[in-house]
Amino acid sequence: MRGMTTVEKILFQKTGQRVRPGDIVIAPVDGLMATDTTAPGALRAFEKMGGQRVWAPEKCAFVIDHAAPAPNERIANLHQMMREFARQQGIRLFEIGEGICHQVIVEHGYVRPGYLFIGADSHTPTYGALNAFACGVGSTDLAAVLLTGKIWLKTPATLRIRCHGQLRADASPKDLILYLTGKVGISGATYMSVEFEGEVFERMSLAGRMCVANMTAEMGAKTGFVHPRGLKLPYPFEPVEPDPTAEYARTIDVEIGELPPQVAAPESPDNVHPIDRYVGTPVHYGFIGTCGNGRLEDLQAAARILRGKRLPEGVRLVIAPASRSVLLEAMLDGTAHTLVAAGATLITPGCGPCVGSHEGVPADGETVISAANRNFRGRMGNPRAQIFLASPATVAASVLAGYITPPPPDEAHNTEAISTL
Amino acid sequence: MTLLLRGRAHVYGDNIDTDRIIPGKYTKTLDASALAAHVMEDLDPDFRERLKPGDFVVAGNNFGCGSSREQAPVALQTAGVSAVIARYFARIFFRNAINIGLPVLEIPDHDISMGDELEVNLSTGRVHNYTTGQTYWAKPLPDIMLRILQAGGLVNYLRTHKTF
Repeated sequence: MRGMTTVEKILFQKTGQRVRPGDIVIAPVDGLMATDTTAPGALRAFEKMGGQRVWAPEKCAFVIDHAAPAPNERIANLHQMMREFARQQGIRLFEIGEGICHQVIVEHGYVRPGYLFIGADSHTPTYGALNAFACGVGSTDLAAVLLTGKIWLKTPATLRIRCHGQLRADASPKDLILYLTGKVGISGATYMSVEFEGEVFERMSLAGRMCVANMTAEMGAKTGFVHPRGLKLPYPFEPVEPDPTAEYARTIDVEIGELPPQVAAPESPDNVHPIDRYVGTPVHYGFIGTCGNGRLEDLQAAARILRGKRLPEGVRLVIAPASRSVLLEAMLDGTAHTLVAAGATLITPGCGPCVGSHEGVPADGETVISAANRNFRGRMGNPRAQIFLASPATVAASVLAGYITPPPPDEAHNTEAISTL
Repeated sequence: MTLLLRGRAHVYGDNIDTDRIIPGKYTKTLDASALAAHVMEDLDPDFRERLKPGDFVVAGNNFGCGSSREQAPVALQTAGVSAVIARYFARIFFRNAINIGLPVLEIPDHDISMGDELEVNLSTGRVHNYTTGQTYWAKPLPDIMLRILQAGGLVNYLRTHKTF
């Protein structure tokens, strides 16, 4: 009998139907999330649908992260609308400074292996790091889940990416996923589920796995899974693994042992090249943070490069920790002190300047080197600035030099996985 | 919903991302006209001026990739775009557009040019290009999407049916 891919197996567990790619199912949802970009529209749609009570408030979370604290009165009032709705309905609302939705949802256990999770944010596939089928939607779809607890989904075909070898000491999970995004392309996995396999993932931290799953959104994917072998979580779980006889639409085999640090050049996350091609390009502004790379090990990687150093004149570095707990850890272990002493500006845990709303919009003609996941024109709020994407270590090394430059080797990238976020 | 649409094509290339349709800095609002005021501004600053109510946006591959912001189809719809045609769409944009009642048509092999006059029949999926005389057929929508679109969007659908 034809086996099931991970996504087919989770849909089978949810619906009792053995589905094939293209089949449409209506499935019960295990959890949902919305942010200050998407929740206000969802709440309005919920009311227009005639919604009175949300289907299961304990399975829902709202996160104020995209423009937090509010930069103007319009956004302040949208935040207020979220707070009032959450209070009336008994939904947990994560306030400004609690962190980025995708970090908070994982830290607080709203998503677990085998879940079908719907998030009103395109980077929701991040939870594929936890072996969950997590899918991004817009406001009205989210409102429908709030009302019914269900969603209609087209079963995606699966793209399998098998990685062979281990990463070099100067390459991180971000370099790996940038490389793979360049290889697959920005629409190469449109409507698909992506499954990552390989020994490199078995020792990868949860933070690294999240960084990898996160950028399946940049391949056009509906969801992505990092194989659960080696996954460590602070609670017992039953992993969902693909069957050996599962059918894949396509399998890509990639040798990663010699992969150098990578950058995505303007203006697309799939415009990826080995860093050599851009070494020497002057940079004005570095940014470390986001649902891709704002976690403790990312900040630590930057701190190891910046310890005892000082940013040169004319270069600035903005750091947005992924959550309050990441910030607290970074304060306790000295990472935050090292970064600020080197000249970095530490901002509110949250999305920071990634979405171009506030907290560090680049000027005309400036070049940004960013550990985020998108570099579309205007992404950071100014269409006349250009954005390169890279790992946190590459960002730190580049702002220190004043131009794009690879980081020194760092064995910490390849240490045994620990479950730090 | 009007089933027969007529207007001119505003044609763009591949991978038009949602930051180009509506930059993130403008998205935090419930005022659809404030979104429409900035639609496509980093891609084509003259788009708003040239657009006549009922016109079409026509694109290549992967239209609407990137963010999940429903503000993107809302901005296009509010500005007066009556339907979007592309070789194919990014998945969240595709869902969002149907959910708000903005028709989206996938035509994998179209070669529509800027300014072509089109007639779109939403009930049959037939697109006729009056400028070139060519006719195209859109890929049919899944049944559930067709029902949502015919209801005028997901809000109306659920107000009537209460569930899926």
